[in-house]
Amino acid sequence: MAEEIKKEAPANFKPDSYRVTIDNITIEVPPGTTILNAARQIGGDVTPPAMCYYSKLQGSGGKCRTCLVEVAAGSNADPRPMPKLVASCRTNVMDGMVVKNITSEKVLEARAAVVEFLLINHPLDCPICDQAGECHLQDLGYDHGKEGTRYEFRRRTFEKEDIGPYIQLHMTRCILCYRCTYVADQLTDRRVHGILDRGDQAEISTYISKAIDNDFSGNMIDVCPVGALTDRTFRFKNRVWFTRPIDAHRDCDKCCGKVTLWNRGDEVLRVTVRKDPWGEVQSYDGKPGWICNTCRFDKKHINDWVIEGPTRINRHSVISQGHYLGFKKPQETISEVMGGRHPKLMMDIHSISDVNIVDISQLPGPATSNTFEKDLNGVNIGMGTNTGEKD
Amino acid sequence: MGSKLLLDKVHIENIRSYDVYRREGGYRSVEKAIRSMNPVAVMEEVKKSGLRGRGGAGFPTGMKWSFLAKPEGVPRYLVCNADESEPGTFKDRYLMEFIPHLLIEGLIVSSYAIGSNRTYIYIRGEFKWIIDILEQAITEAKNNGWLGKNILGSGFDCEIYVHSGAGAYICGEETALLESLEGKRGNPRIKPPFPAVRGLWDCPTVVNNVETIAAVVPIINDGGDNYAKIGTGKSTGTKLISSCGNIKKPGVYEIEMSISVEEFIYSDEYCGGIANGRRLKACIPGGSSVPILPANLLLKTAKGDSRMMTYESLADGGFQSGSMMGSGGFIVLDEDQCVVRHTYTLARFYRHESCGQCSPCREGTGWMEKILLNIENGKGKMSDIDLLWDIQRKIEGNTICPLGDAAAWPVAAAIRHFRDEFEWHITNPDDAQRRNYGLANYAEPLKVVAV
Ligand SMILES: Cc1cc2nc3c(=O)[nH]c(=O)nc-3n(C[C@H](O)[C@H](O)[C@H](O)COP(=O)(O)O)c2cc1C
Ligand code: SF4
Ligand code: SF4
Ligand code: FES
Repeated sequence: MAEEIKKEAPANFKPDSYRVTIDNITIEVPPGTTILNAARQIGGDVTPPAMCYYSKLQGSGGKCRTCLVEVAAGSNADPRPMPKLVASCRTNVMDGMVVKNITSEKVLEARAAVVEFLLINHPLDCPICDQAGECHLQDLGYDHGKEGTRYEFRRRTFEKEDIGPYIQLHMTRCILCYRCTYVADQLTDRRVHGILDRGDQAEISTYISKAIDNDFSGNMIDVCPVGALTDRTFRFKNRVWFTRPIDAHRDCDKCCGKVTLWNRGDEVLRVTVRKDPWGEVQSYDGKPGWICNTCRFDKKHINDWVIEGPTRINRHSVISQGHYLGFKKPQETISEVMGGRHPKLMMDIHSISDVNIVDISQLPGPATSNTFEKDLNGVNIGMGTNTGEKD
Repeated sequence: MGSKLLLDKVHIENIRSYDVYRREGGYRSVEKAIRSMNPVAVMEEVKKSGLRGRGGAGFPTGMKWSFLAKPEGVPRYLVCNADESEPGTFKDRYLMEFIPHLLIEGLIVSSYAIGSNRTYIYIRGEFKWIIDILEQAITEAKNNGWLGKNILGSGFDCEIYVHSGAGAYICGEETALLESLEGKRGNPRIKPPFPAVRGLWDCPTVVNNVETIAAVVPIINDGGDNYAKIGTGKSTGTKLISSCGNIKKPGVYEIEMSISVEEFIYSDEYCGGIANGRRLKACIPGGSSVPILPANLLLKTAKGDSRMMTYESLADGGFQSGSMMGSGGFIVLDEDQCVVRHTYTLARFYRHESCGQCSPCREGTGWMEKILLNIENGKGKMSDIDLLWDIQRKIEGNTICPLGDAAAWPVAAAIRHFRDEFEWHITNPDDAQRRNYGLANYAEPLKVVAV
């Protein structure tokens, strides 16, 4: 305790930037930067995953423990290592600090453990979850988890609950990151939901299911890292990777009006905030671009919007498999990796999957079985015959 | 008989009332501090006494006070932690119930030292009748000029407020306590910042246990040096031990920290030995959160020295072969007790009391409870023991507050020292439903010196 308090109190001399080394990469950041934000400036694998921290929500972070890192040296002034792993989202860098993230066995082990803890009571209902494809828990499990489960008990379940006309709460999927409560505190004029109960019985609830109707409540859906809060107007309409994200804007007197439309053809299925590379809402001039419920839920016609162009989606995201933006298939890669040889046993996915013969993102409406119709020679004739008005 | 500093007058009839308490020398320390000492001198006296926090962590109190940030124009607060909810610990309750003015007196002196004009007692909600006792004591103290404006003409103002908790163990953790006191959900805060810098309503705050505050009274009355003469090494003064379990005389004892564990359990002055002619099997020496020790390691350290009732000696050997003083809840198990069942009970407690903020504690405590229940019910597998070990290891140290550690340690220690009993439960599921494993070899002298 003694040391930490000493560190808190600023020494007389305070440089205007601190040098911090994360996984052997050194950068300079302003004092007051957290380890996580310093790592985000470096980017790539060096950045710890963050499930509860949200830079635009004050007070968030520290809870999920996925961002734990090892501090191998506290600072130039006090180079001792920190005894425990620390939450990088809530720990500020010090000058000369040395941090280990993926270079630390301890961190990787603890992180895998956190993933396991987050998943033991998770329903794993991705096949029917609207969040699938843009779910941070899926990404986390894929990147940092172990396969299989050691949990042999009944999973915790809760009843689904509609909170207001626009939002559905699937408490069973919630990871209790508290982000949505911060949104309610910081964006809406009055918070009417919160965490009830404690421990593994803790749940999000509105006060006696009092509906949340508030101009900015829809942003809770966007900050929710999992499928616990979903858009009722989009429910089961489509898988996100079949929709086409488009940046658009409109003049709005309540919010910035800058959004991403998730379309099938010209049909607007869903409207969300625009996200930055960390999955957070994008900022404009330092202000987070939260959107109001009118833009999100009521403006579902393409003519409501001024289209700016396709949204850039990370190539690694499943959503980008609709790849219509300057995507080059890495055709040479396989033979390159194989030293010029072509693998014999490679399956031609197109010969066995009907889905892959159709570029679904080009369809004007939802795909139907007609879309995949073939003639006697196996050539697809369904493509383009679907106008979205059939059936 | 050891000297008593806190409970020496507790047997006097009506000591609970102001008149008797005052007649017996009460509030002398307030007079002395406010009339003849400045706040820094009071703090120095507490530093000299070597007093360590009695709430569990044992952090030196004088040092804690001196860390308090003192920015201009910002109030400072003293908060007394009376949330006592640790299983096996009931000393604060005893003190507040029978000699409430001692706490009030200590609070006034400590508030003076710290510069707190508004001091809070955060009390466990279940102690309803004690709230009334304390409020009565506060009113009496106020009517007699010990509280309020301009105490003893010194210009120092102080008010004490009692705030009741609502039944959560986690609100005993100091930052959860502050959240709760502010009227919020009792979730522990992420540290740093520590309360000494940003505590109650973001102001510098000291949180101290009831017994810690009460000990300030004899320290000011008799001087820090005299207090430090009692006890051994860095364990100075007297300590209240609440002992329970299979002993002849359960209760709250004030001991000098210089007696041995053996004396404490077996002498007639204290616990009076194991009840019903049974033999000692194990003991949790410092409240449910600290590691359990088998009899052989309890009475003697791994080095073969006799174990003393001090912070250092109880912790001797680290977690390999030692435990902790903790909050002084001394739980004794005789040979008829089942360590598996006992561990399950604790796991259930921590699962129920986790606030649920951080994933390892929220999910891990429930998982451990379920596995332990299986083993207890004869449905366990050998691999469950290793799984339990792995889960507790992954909770420990990775959480926001020490409740995660407190949930992990009892499980770890039970497996470390009583693994054969766990295995017996798994290999003899039917037997384990009907009888207990018994004393086994836990009381035999150590064959090899544990490392
Ligand atoms: C889960 C948990 C529960 C606690 N409960 C109590 C309690 O009931 N009473 C108490 O005095 N300290 C309790 N503590 C310790 C406090 O956080 C804090 O360290 C103590 O009040 C400081 O006072 P001291 O320095 O006088 O010991 C608890 C800690 C934890 C982690
Ligand atoms: S509902 Fe979503 S945003 Fe809210 S706490 Fe749960 S996971 Fe986090
Ligand atoms: S360790 Fe447990 S009790 Fe403490 S903050 Fe985390 S979840 Fe809450
Ligand atoms: S992102 Fe840091 S603890 Fe959750």
